[in-house]
Amino acid sequence: MQNTSVDFKRQVTIKLADVRLQEALSRLQTRFVEGRSAVISEIHDLQETRNAAAAIRDRVLNDLEHWLLYFEQQATKRGAIVHWAETGQDVNRIVAEIAVEHGVRTATKSKSMVSEECGLNEALERAGVEVMETDLGEYILQIAHEAPSHIVAPVVHKNKDEISDLFAKIHQLPRKTGIAELCREAREILRPAFLNAGMGISGANFLVAETGSALIVTNEGNGRLVTTLPRVHVAITGIEKVVPTLEDVSTLLRLLPRSATGQSITNYVSVLTGTKDDSDSDGPEHFHIILLDNGRSSLLGGEMQDMLRCIRCGACMNHCPVYQNIGGHAYGWVYPGPMGSILTPLLGGMENAPDLPNASTLCGACTVVCPVKIPLPDLLRKLREKQMEIGMKSRQETFMLRAWAWLALHPKIYAMTTSIAVRFMKLLGGREKLLHHLPGARGWSDGRDFPAPQGKTFRELYQMEKHK
Amino acid sequence: MRVGLFVTCLVDSMRPRIGFSTIKLLEAAGCEVVVPSQQTCCGQPGYNSGDRKSAQAMALKFLAEFETFEYIVLPSGSCAGMIRVHYPELFKDDAAQLARFIAVGARTFELTDFLYNIAKLKKVPGTFAGQLTYHDSCSGLRELDVYKQPRALLAGMPDVMLHEMVESTTCCGFGGTFSVKYGELSTRMADNKCQHITKTHAGTIAGGDLGCLLNIEGRLRRNGDHTTHVLHIAQILADEEE
Repeated sequence: MQNTSVDFKRQVTIKLADVRLQEALSRLQTRFVEGRSAVISEIHDLQETRNAAAAIRDRVLNDLEHWLLYFEQQATKRGAIVHWAETGQDVNRIVAEIAVEHGVRTATKSKSMVSEECGLNEALERAGVEVMETDLGEYILQIAHEAPSHIVAPVVHKNKDEISDLFAKIHQLPRKTGIAELCREAREILRPAFLNAGMGISGANFLVAETGSALIVTNEGNGRLVTTLPRVHVAITGIEKVVPTLEDVSTLLRLLPRSATGQSITNYVSVLTGTKDDSDSDGPEHFHIILLDNGRSSLLGGEMQDMLRCIRCGACMNHCPVYQNIGGHAYGWVYPGPMGSILTPLLGGMENAPDLPNASTLCGACTVVCPVKIPLPDLLRKLREKQMEIGMKSRQETFMLRAWAWLALHPKIYAMTTSIAVRFMKLLGGREKLLHHLPGARGWSDGRDFPAPQGKTFRELYQMEKHK
Repeated sequence: MRVGLFVTCLVDSMRPRIGFSTIKLLEAAGCEVVVPSQQTCCGQPGYNSGDRKSAQAMALKFLAEFETFEYIVLPSGSCAGMIRVHYPELFKDDAAQLARFIAVGARTFELTDFLYNIAKLKKVPGTFAGQLTYHDSCSGLRELDVYKQPRALLAGMPDVMLHEMVESTTCCGFGGTFSVKYGELSTRMADNKCQHITKTHAGTIAGGDLGCLLNIEGRLRRNGDHTTHVLHIAQILADEEE
C-alpha cells in the first residue's frame, strides 16, 4: 500500500470536518472501548497475564532466528512450504509464482494486514489472478476501492447507509437496509467465490513453532472457508508472529480477543497445521507460509524492539483520543493509531512520516490497555529523539527548544525574561484577561483564547511576601 | 517534614497564586516548606520534543537544587511524573546518577498524592462551597496513579459536591507543544472535554495540572463560556484567591 503519511496534517483538517466519519467514529467508543472494559475484568490476574504475554513475546524476539527456524522445520515436517520474503514485492512475486505453479485463476482471501503492506491484491490482479476479499469489511472496501481504516474493523469509517448504497450499485440488486439482509446478500455473492477459488490466502495471528501451525482468529467463518476449501492455501504474516508453544498461544488468546473486540473468545480460532492427508476430510493439498520481514528485523536488538511484541489487537487505536477524532485513513498507511505512528516511520522510512511520532499528546491511554505492555508513548518519544538526531525537526522548533533550555539553565536571566513576558501578556490580555491571538502560536489561538497571566511571577511575589 | 516545593514553570509565570495555595496546604499538613530560588523548568517540553540533552541538563539542575530535601512536592502530575518516571530513564546508562535519580524520584510527589498518601492531611483549609467537576490529567493519572487522592481530599470538604463528567480520564488535548503543532486536533480534543464539562452543569472545573486547565479555559472562553470557573485543585483545597 502506498504510504501517504506526509499528508497527515492536511488529512487531519479534512477528517475533522467529515461529519459522516465523525459519526462513525463515535460508535467506536461503545463497541470497542466499552466492549473491552466489559470483558477484560474476566481475567482476574490481568496484570500478571499481561506480564506473561509480554514475556512470551520477548522470549521469541530475543532469539527470533532460532524460533523461526524451528517453526520452519516443524511446518515443513507436516507438509507446509515456508517462504522467506524480505520485502512486500517478494511476497507478491512468491504468491504469483505459486498461482502459476498450480494454475490458479481465482483466489479468495481472508483478512490480512500484512498483505495490505505488500499491496498484494493489485499485484495479483496484474498477474492475472482474480482476488476476492471475503472478510465482510474487507469485501466492502474492495468493492469501494478504499483502504482499511482500522486493523481489526477495517470499515469502521463507513456507516450502514453508505454500505447499502454501495451494495445496490455494485451488486445491481434492490437496495437493502437491514444488517442481516446486507450480510445475506454478501454471503450469496461470496459463496460461489469460496467454492470456485483455486487458492485461499490468509494471514496468521500467530505461528506456533512447536507444531508448525498458522493460527487465525476470526468471527465470520470466512477464514475457515478460505483456508480449507481451495487446493492451495497461502498464509502470509510477519516474521515476528512466531510463538514457541500452543500453551503460549493460549495465554495470548486470553488477551487478544478481549482487547480487540471485547469478546472473551472469537467465534473461530483455527489452528492450521500441515497439508491434508488421507485421514482428513478437508484441507488444502498445498500449504505455503510466507514470512515477511519488510524492515522488522532491523528493529531487533535496538531500542524499538518492544514494538515487535505487538499482536495487532487495535486496543491502542480504540483508546487513542487522536485516532478517535480522525480515524485511520489520516495516518496514510496500513497501520493507524499509536502502533501505526511507530510502525509507519520504522517500516516505511522516518522521512516519509514526519508527523506521526509527534501527533500524540503522549497521554498514555494506549499503553495501559496494550495486552503486551508496549511502552507506546516512550517509543513515540524515542522517534522524536531520532528525528532531532537526523535533523528532521524544523529550524524554528529546534531554535525554540534550545532557547528555552538555555533560559531554564540560566535562572537569573530566566527570572528577568519571564517577569517581563508575564507583564506584557497581562497587558495584552486587557480587561477580559484573555489573549485572542498568539503570534507564533496560531495553532493554539486559532481555536482557543489564552488566559492571561496574573502579571507577576511566583518568584517575585514570593520574595515580596517573604520580605513583608 | 522538610519539603522542597517545585513550583513549576507554568505556575510560576501564569498562575502564581497556585504556588501560594500549595504552600498553604503543605503548611496545613505540618510541613516546613522551602522554595529553592534557582528553580525553573523540569525539562519536560524539551524531553517530549526529542531534545534529550537539554532534558538531561535540567534534570541535573533539579538534582543539585532538590536532592537534600526529605520530600519534593509539585502542584502538577506531569512535572512530578517527569521527575519520578522519566529522569531515571534519562540516566539509565549512568549507574551512579541513576541511583541518585531513583532515590530523589521516590521522594517526589504530586501535590494531592503527597497530601493524601504521605502527609495524610485530614482537614484541608479550603471552604469552597458548590458543585465542581474534576479532570484527570494524563501523566498524574497514568504515571503516578493519581485518581482517588484529589477526590478523597474533596470528599473531606463538606460543601463540595463533585459531579463526575463523562470521560474524565480522557486527554484534554493539551500535550505541551502538541497544542500548538497540531492546533486543530488539540482544539477538537479540548472541545470534547469542554462539552463533557458543560454537561455536568457544575460551574467549576478543577484539575491538577495547569497546562490542561489553560487549555480547557482557553477553549471554554473561545466558545463564549465566560462563567465556568477553571481552578487548580490546590486553589479549591486552600481557598487562595485568583
